[in-house]
Amino acid sequence: MRFALLSFGLILSGWVAQALPVQSFEIEVQTRFDVPDAERTLNIISTADTDLFTPLVVAFQSRNPTVSVNYVAVSSAELMKALQIEGAAFDLAVSSAMDLQTKLSNDGLTLPHKSPAVDLVPDWAKWRDQVFAFTQEPAAFVVSRGAFDGLDVPRTRQDLISLLRNHPDRFRGRVGTYDIRISGLGYLFATQDARTSETYWRLMETMGNLSPRLYCCSGDMIDDVQSGQLAVAYNVLGSYALARTDLADSIEVIEPRDFTTVMLRSAAIPKSAENPDLGGAFLDHLIRSSWSDAGQDYYPFPAISGDPDPDNATLRPIRLGPGLLVYLDSFKRARFLNEWEDAMTQR
Amino acid sequence: MTREVKTSGSLRRRLTLQLVGSAAVLAAILFLTVFGIARKVAGEAQDNTLTASVTSILETISVQGGALSIDIPYAALSMLGSVSDERVFYRVAGDGEFLTGYDDLPSATSIDADGRGFLTARYKDEDVRIVTASRQLSVEGRPVEIRVSLAQTRAGYAATLESILRTAALIGLGFFAIAVVLAVLTAEHTIRPVQKLAASVSRRGPKDLRPVVAPVPAEMASLVTSLNRFIERLSTSLTRSEDFIAEAAHRVRTPLATVRAQAEIALRRAKRDEDRRSLRDMIRAIDESSRAAGQMLDHAMVTFRADHLDRVQVSLIDLVEDLVERLRAVAELKDINLTVTHTDPATVAADPILVQNAVRNVLDNAIKYSPQEQDVSVWVGTDSTFAVVRISDHGTGFPEQGADRLLERFARGDNVKTTVGSGLGLTIAKEVAEAHGGKISVENQERGTGACVSLYFPLA
Repeated sequence: MRFALLSFGLILSGWVAQALPVQSFEIEVQTRFDVPDAERTLNIISTADTDLFTPLVVAFQSRNPTVSVNYVAVSSAELMKALQIEGAAFDLAVSSAMDLQTKLSNDGLTLPHKSPAVDLVPDWAKWRDQVFAFTQEPAAFVVSRGAFDGLDVPRTRQDLISLLRNHPDRFRGRVGTYDIRISGLGYLFATQDARTSETYWRLMETMGNLSPRLYCCSGDMIDDVQSGQLAVAYNVLGSYALARTDLADSIEVIEPRDFTTVMLRSAAIPKSAENPDLGGAFLDHLIRSSWSDAGQDYYPFPAISGDPDPDNATLRPIRLGPGLLVYLDSFKRARFLNEWEDAMTQR
Repeated sequence: MTREVKTSGSLRRRLTLQLVGSAAVLAAILFLTVFGIARKVAGEAQDNTLTASVTSILETISVQGGALSIDIPYAALSMLGSVSDERVFYRVAGDGEFLTGYDDLPSATSIDADGRGFLTARYKDEDVRIVTASRQLSVEGRPVEIRVSLAQTRAGYAATLESILRTAALIGLGFFAIAVVLAVLTAEHTIRPVQKLAASVSRRGPKDLRPVVAPVPAEMASLVTSLNRFIERLSTSLTRSEDFIAEAAHRVRTPLATVRAQAEIALRRAKRDEDRRSLRDMIRAIDESSRAAGQMLDHAMVTFRADHLDRVQVSLIDLVEDLVERLRAVAELKDINLTVTHTDPATVAADPILVQNAVRNVLDNAIKYSPQEQDVSVWVGTDSTFAVVRISDHGTGFPEQGADRLLERFARGDNVKTTVGSGLGLTIAKEVAEAHGGKISVENQERGTGACVSLYFPLA
């Protein structure tokens, strides 16, 4: 660990959580960042891996040395369950599931937050002064350099479709993407892709012909591309792939040039917060480290651009807002998954 | 002397207040109207957006393979929340049975002919506007009524309303401010003829009893008519009383002359001292009475002639010398010597009868109040603007205080109670001088005793 944690007087303790008595939502990892002279404790519920978030927490504690942090990593569905059904007391909810964050706010389960920092966030990256984005994470192709030996690396979906059609034997069983039936993020990417262009469905049909492998998580896809089991993975979180600098020689991360869907990780203060002021302070810290301090070494995500070129139709940040609610609709979801299965599982 | 007039408020203030009051009412009505219309428009705008959105949702609901398919368009919800950060809720039901969305969202109960209903309700701690729309579908040959309710919070509506409220308030206040200025100006303008009439009446001289002829607004015509009638009555009444006094004085004077003649005859015949004394007292009293009657006649004449002066060129020196010659006999009874001096040939444009009357009364007074064997001197001359006749005696003079009071009718000095007099002499002189645009000055001699009365007439 390259952070001089002990010099901050921190005690870092992580363990796989046993369920606490009153809760029934499923915790993946619970980590306490305790300080010796702690006065208060900030409770964060988050879908981000603890390792990824640790530097942000440490930087926060260096400025707020009397605040212990209890970091609870969960899946996005469990986060929703914890806050919506159980009303669990967390001071900040951090999630990559933009649709669920929107629903939390829309259903009145978050608190508004006002501070000088929130003005740093452009209008398209926040909603109702309650949900604030603090990352920009593109959905990318990840390709194995070895598998494309002698072929041009695809730069657009159209390229990828042509490649797969022209070399079916080379790619059969070696294409992968999210199983959107189990991955919320995969579903979010898929619905946004489908909303943006019909090309998405043609790509899915093409992949469906090649016995695609379906994944729950970006990490697994990256591992399989690295190992050579996969030649190409579609809609992988570029931020995860780029973070694996050790794999730079064997894999390539490509942001499609026709359009790149960009997910915005966001944070909101739940209504059930016991210390909304601490939640707000950490939220401000997230906003400052992303929208103004981009490039700080404790910011673990790709640097973001505060003002993407509006004429640049390539980068398409997903807009926070009630539009995202339509994909949560059970009928709409069933219909979409049905279509997706038709495309992906054809014989 | 004028009694304080009782006032009940001010016409101008009343008019201003009433105009301002009506302006306030109008401004309030304007404000409420603008606000009411704007609220309606803002409400309709939200209803229209919701209607468009709910219609688009309803249109995507279809029957596929015997089952209902609901494909809510992305835009249907995004258009409601992206611009104004509103929260959005929806509920889809088939034949009253919940299908998808928010189960506990209320629906409008009354649906109009177009298949839509509206409702404002409280949902999830906020006011929401709800539109409900319905459509009939056939599922496996059975008709099913699909009802879609779509709700949007009213934050944007409230913000719009607040901004309109502010604008409407500004319009109302601006209107009111302009109206107040106009009200003040209008009141000022309306009240002006009244002020003009009041000024022209109060500017009049004390003898000016002409009717008001200047045009006045119709509303004031009856007031002015009454005023004119009142002036006319007053004028008639004044003339009548002056006439009466003159007539009475004249009637008294003639018998008095007879009585005096008889008394003189009786005096000549009377042998006893007491009888002679009584008769002499009698004659003196008769003389005073007749003098008073004469002065009253003089005064009546002065009053009458002062209104229409018969001006001619008059040499004051000639006039005074003539008068002194006539009074010399009376003066010599008291061994009083009358002297006349003059510096300039003082000529005035005046009514000679009035001037003669005035000078005679003053001279009369001087002789009457002078002790035996004292001189009375008359000086005629000019100063820069006036011709002056100054009559000085060596009597007791005027009382230290209140010499000017003697110019009033029937006023007499406190120091001459013993001498019989009417108190009209100086009044006559004053009225004559003023009728000619001149003045009278009454003072005591600077050296020694005695009074000094100066009559000023404007030079011709």
